[in-house]
Parts: sequence; C-alpha cells; structure tokens
Amino acid sequence: MSTRTAVPAASADAAGAAPSLLTGVQAAAGWQAFPDASGHFGKFGGRFVPEALMAALDGLTEAYAQARVDDAFIAELDDLLASYAGRPTPLTDARRLTEHVGGARILLKREDLAHTGSHKINNVLGQVLLTKRMGKSRVIAETGAGQHGVATATACALLGLDCVVYMGEEDTRRQALNVARMRMLGAEVVPVTSGSRTLKDAINEALRDWVATVEDTHYCIGSVMGPHPFPMLVRDFQRVIGVEARAQVLERTGRLPNVVVACVGGGSNAMGIFHPFIPDTEVALIGCEAGGDGVATGRHAAAIAGGAPGVLHGMRTYLLQDEWGQTQVSHSISAGLDYPGIGPEHALLHETGRATYRVVDDTAAMEALALVARTEGILVAIESAHAFAAAIEVARELGPEATLLINCSGRGDKDVDTAARWFGLLDEPADADPAGTAAAAGTAEGGGQR
Amino acid sequence: MPSRLDDRLAAARAEGRAALVGYLPAGYPTVDGAIAAMRAMVAAGVDVVEVGLPYSDPTMDGPVIQQAADAALRGGLTTRDVLRTVEAVADTGAPTLVMTYWNPIEQHGVAAFAADLAAAGGAGTITPDLPPEEAAPWLEAAAAHGLDPVFVVAPSSSTERLRRVADITGGFVYAASLMGVTGARSQVGTQAEGLVARVRAVTSLPVAVGLGVGTAAQAAQVAAFADGVIVGSALVRVLLDAQRRGEGPEVALAGIGALAADLAQGVRGAQANVPVTA
Ligand SMILES: Cc1ncc(COP(=O)(O)O)c(C=O)c1O
Repeated sequence: MSTRTAVPAASADAAGAAPSLLTGVQAAAGWQAFPDASGHFGKFGGRFVPEALMAALDGLTEAYAQARVDDAFIAELDDLLASYAGRPTPLTDARRLTEHVGGARILLKREDLAHTGSHKINNVLGQVLLTKRMGKSRVIAETGAGQHGVATATACALLGLDCVVYMGEEDTRRQALNVARMRMLGAEVVPVTSGSRTLKDAINEALRDWVATVEDTHYCIGSVMGPHPFPMLVRDFQRVIGVEARAQVLERTGRLPNVVVACVGGGSNAMGIFHPFIPDTEVALIGCEAGGDGVATGRHAAAIAGGAPGVLHGMRTYLLQDEWGQTQVSHSISAGLDYPGIGPEHALLHETGRATYRVVDDTAAMEALALVARTEGILVAIESAHAFAAAIEVARELGPEATLLINCSGRGDKDVDTAARWFGLLDEPADADPAGTAAAAGTAEGGGQR
Repeated sequence: MPSRLDDRLAAARAEGRAALVGYLPAGYPTVDGAIAAMRAMVAAGVDVVEVGLPYSDPTMDGPVIQQAADAALRGGLTTRDVLRTVEAVADTGAPTLVMTYWNPIEQHGVAAFAADLAAAGGAGTITPDLPPEEAAPWLEAAAAHGLDPVFVVAPSSSTERLRRVADITGGFVYAASLMGVTGARSQVGTQAEGLVARVRAVTSLPVAVGLGVGTAAQAAQVAAFADGVIVGSALVRVLLDAQRRGEGPEVALAGIGALAADLAQGVRGAQANVPVTA
C-alpha cells in the first residue's frame, strides 16, 4: 500500500478532490483483519466453489494484491472515476425533506449522479481494469435491477471487452428499459429461465458460464458477495463513496454524521459508504433490507431479519432458506434488492453489532420514493427508496440536533414504469386522465396503492 | 481399514477393468421411482451409485440434471427422502455415495448428517463445492462414521492443489474431465487423460473420471486410463425422455438397465482393446 494508506482522518482536506479509490483501505482500525488471508469475515465468507474455479480465484486475488499497490493502476482508476464516472459525486443538503420530516438534518450522498445512474460503476471500472490487467478479453456479469449490467456493459464498451450479462427472465420484464440499454451498449443479455428466474438464478448461470470459460473470462460480480476475494474487492472499489462522503460531511457540518443509512441488496453501496466510518464508533451504521410484503408474510428479501447462516454462491452468510438448506425465493418490489442472501461482511457487522439492520417493506419504500420526488426533486431508485424510508424514521428518532447521511445509491428512471403502476398512474390510457394521475400521486404520502 | 468403496474399486481392478459409477438424483420422477431406477442400474452392472441430493442452486450442473432436480424439489423432496433412497440402494450391496452441494449438509447438521448417512448404509459423499480449505468439519464427521469423503479435482488444479485434495480424499479422486458443468458431450474432454496422470503422480488412490461421459464407447475410452468411469446426465436423460414421452415406469427402467448394461460393457471393453470412436 506504499503511500496510499493515509485515511483522511478527521480533517476535511480531501473534500472536493477525488480521493484515491484505494485510500485508507487498511485503515479501518480493528477491522483491517477482515477478511483474513483465507477470505473469512469471522465465521462468514470463505470460498465454497468447485475446484475448477479455485485457480481463477487465486489468480484474481493475486492480481488485485498487485494492482492495489501499483501507482499506474491506481492512477488509471482514479482518472476514470473522475473524468468518466463523474466523481466525486456531490453531497446534497435535503432541506425540504429535512423540514418535512422535522428531525435530523438529512444529507444525501448522490451516487445517482454517477455515470450510468448508480454506484455500480465504481466497482465495475475497478474490475474491468483488473480484467485487462489479467489479460482476459471477455467479461460476464449477473444483474437484477439491470444497473450492474448497464455499468458492466458501459465499462466493457469503454475498454473494448466482450460482455455477456445474465438476467433473470422475470427481471428482464420488470426492468425492460435496462435490457435495451445494455444491448445498445453492445452487451449480449441472456434471459435466465432456470429456477426462480431472478437474480439468484442469474448468478447460478454466470457461475456455470465461468467454470467453462475461466481461461479468458472474468466474472464481474456486482456486489460484496460471492467467494473470496469478491466481497473484499468490491468493497474496496466501492469504498470511495464513504471516503468522499466522510470528508464532505466534515467540511459541510464540521463534524461526523450521527447516522449513516444505506439500502442492502448484496450490500455493496452500504459497504462502500459504511467502511470508512467503521472506526468512528460514534457513528451509527444502519442497513435497510427489503421487506417485500412484510417479513411475517414470508414474502420478503430480508436475509438478516428473516434468514439464518448458510452457504450460497460461494460464501457463508445469512440466507433465506428452508430447514433442509434449500434456498427460498425472495420477494421485493425492488429488483436490485430481490436476493435471498447478503454480503458476508454485513453478516459480521450484524453479529458484532457495529451495524444494525432494519426492514423496509414495499409500501414504505414507495411512499418514501414519492415523498423524496416531491420534496427534493429527485426520483430515486426503488432500492435507494428503502434507505430513505428507514432514514425518515431514524431522523425523527434523532431530533434536529443530529445529522443523518443517506446513500442515495441510484436514480429511478428505470423504475418509472413500476412506480406508475404502483401509484395507479397508468390505469387509464395515459393521456386520458391527468386529474386522476394527480390524485393518485397525492395518495403517496398517506399510503401507496397497488 | 479398507472401506466398502475401496473393496469394490479393488475388485474391479482385480478383474482388470475400471469401475462403473452411476449417478441419478433422488426423487425423480418420484422417490420410489428413483430408487427403482438406481436398483435397475446396479442390476445391470453399475458398481458404485451416486445418489444426487437435489438442490435449489446447482451451479455445477447442466440443464439435464437441473431439470430433474427441480422436478424432484417441486415434488417436495427432502433430505430425509434422500437418506431413505440411500438405504434402499445400499441394500443391493453397491457402495452408495451421496453427491451434494454443501448447504444441505450444513443445515442438516454436519455431525447428524454423517451419522444419518452411515446409519442408512451410505459409503460416503461427493461434495463438489466444498474445497479442502472449508472441509475440516466434514472430514472429522465423516471419519467418525467411517464415510469416504470424495473430492473433485479439475484440469485447472495445480499440482499443489491436486496433492492437497488427494490428501483428504477417501475412496477415489474424482477427476472432472473438462472445465464445465455436468452434461453428456459428444467427446470426452481431451484434458482428462493428462489430469489422471497428474493425479497418479501425487497419490496412489484410484482415480475416476466424470463429466461428459455418456456412451459405451466413451466409457471404454476413459476406462483405458482411469480406475473409474462416472456417468450421470446420460442416465438422467433416459428418465427425462421417458417422462416427456409419457412412457410408463417399466419403459424407463428398461432404458436405464439397457444404458447401464452398455456402459458396463464399455468399462470391460477397454480391457479387450475394442477400437473406440469418441
Ligand atoms: C440503485 C441501486 N441501489 C442498490 C442496489 C443493491 O445492491 P447493493 O446492495 O450491492 O448496493 C442496486 C442493485 O441493483 C441498485 O441498482
């Protein structure tokens, strides 16, 4: 790590300039032991994969170990993050939302303004540069909401790599816009028809591809999950969110936030913003799992609240599973959170109590989505809306003296169709009933209707 | 002390041939239907049976095994049914292994699974997503109950990893013939023979080759350089086809018996130097 280990500490000097992506990766005091050399976060994580993939995972671990201390690699990545992805992303004071809620001062880390519309680009640029470094020419990825697929297709177009994206057939329907985007970017999108036809099955299919193609192909995993080194690698590439936000909040308010809130699918935007705050034990970290119809109904995607430790997709972590260890199908209105597991480092943060996890159901998320749109003029992704819903509750609990930082992980263009149906905006032929549209939108604060 | 699996492999070797290992998933088309198919395959000359434990996320399996496993799970199959299947198959005298992804064992309870499998007469396990790095709890439980833990090596395995896997393996080393998922293929992977030679260089354990072997000719080809020939998808395909055509169980069983008999000829054919076309 040569000279790049200095964390921006309590000084605000790094605000504004894009901090090096890998700045301070080792500096989360007490937490730097994770993962250990074998890829474990306490009892979580590890590598549960066929022997055929072990050599590739070792190769990736080694390539990353070299890249992270290579000034040329770091400079190339920093340059792409700044000049291509648009980093640093801004910190926005959500004044009208703060006023409306009547609690803590709410600050937004605007990952929705990063190129391609979400935080996913941070990880992808890092992994695609690594792919080139390893001399591989083909990239495969899974995607749920399509945001990771779009980011991967984008980076592959930029760097001239072949790209294949696996997407559950169910998700290709609810995120049709992103399918078209990926295809325009030159990626092949493969609808996955096995199993439950959602994100978990897309991962299965990507792993099947990878076993057969590992010689020339990199599997660009989209979240802090999967076998070691992926949870570490993706966290390190997403850590830029928290490094920037920490400095920006210090500069803006003169102190650290009381609470940081993020939504959790696999958990990459949350790990990215949490990680630099882990040593700041006075800062509470809150992850928001997707509650679907409610944990009590069994139709949800809350792995910590409603699951138990087990092994899936190469890692040991909290999972939705039955008593026989068969994975249960998750449910969420948000395709990007609709996954029955969670990254292993979150499992450890949960067990140690360093982070806490709340459940936000579909209705609460959609209400928050509508509220944020009308108070801040930001149409957030349904994934991110889960963080806003919990943050609104927490802001009230904290009171006006406190500051709360939300990771606004993505923008909601891809979700307009889902939202329109949820709020009944398209019930009638779209142009026939402007008054009805307005009335339906008006219900959002009181309770969304299907 | 040699296990039942060791004895069976040694017996085949004494006959100057490779052992034939047949895979079918439990619960397809039904629990009893699968038991009958497995017993038919033993009657037709399969030496060792792999009972597949159908799993919701079979990342190592191609479409054929996925399809049968999905159907078995939709039919409500549980680990308990798998153990009942093992009992019924082990009853034939054929060493019976459970082929399973790791999570069902972990959720059953590692020690409890070993105890229950041994009580059912099982000979061991094949755990394709359990690498040596994570295997300590299973090795301990398997040893306590006299079970052979079979592990898989791949063409991409370094010599160091081959040694590491062979060190913890019981019964035989499972050599994956190619880089890929399960499924019959028109040709046996060209990397198979080289891999077997590399495994032999680090261990005296028998080496069985699986993935992509589906015909008597391919079985003969593999039997010429390996101690065991593992066939899965081709057998499962017989059951799927029978189901698709709406044929009764007796037709499916006859099909399984015919293919198993063919394959049994194949593993013996190697010895007679039958010319093979792959
Ligand atoms: C905008 C947005 N936020 C969050 C997520 C969830 O992923 P993660 O938990 O890895 O941040 C997604 C996934 O698609 C997303 O598109």
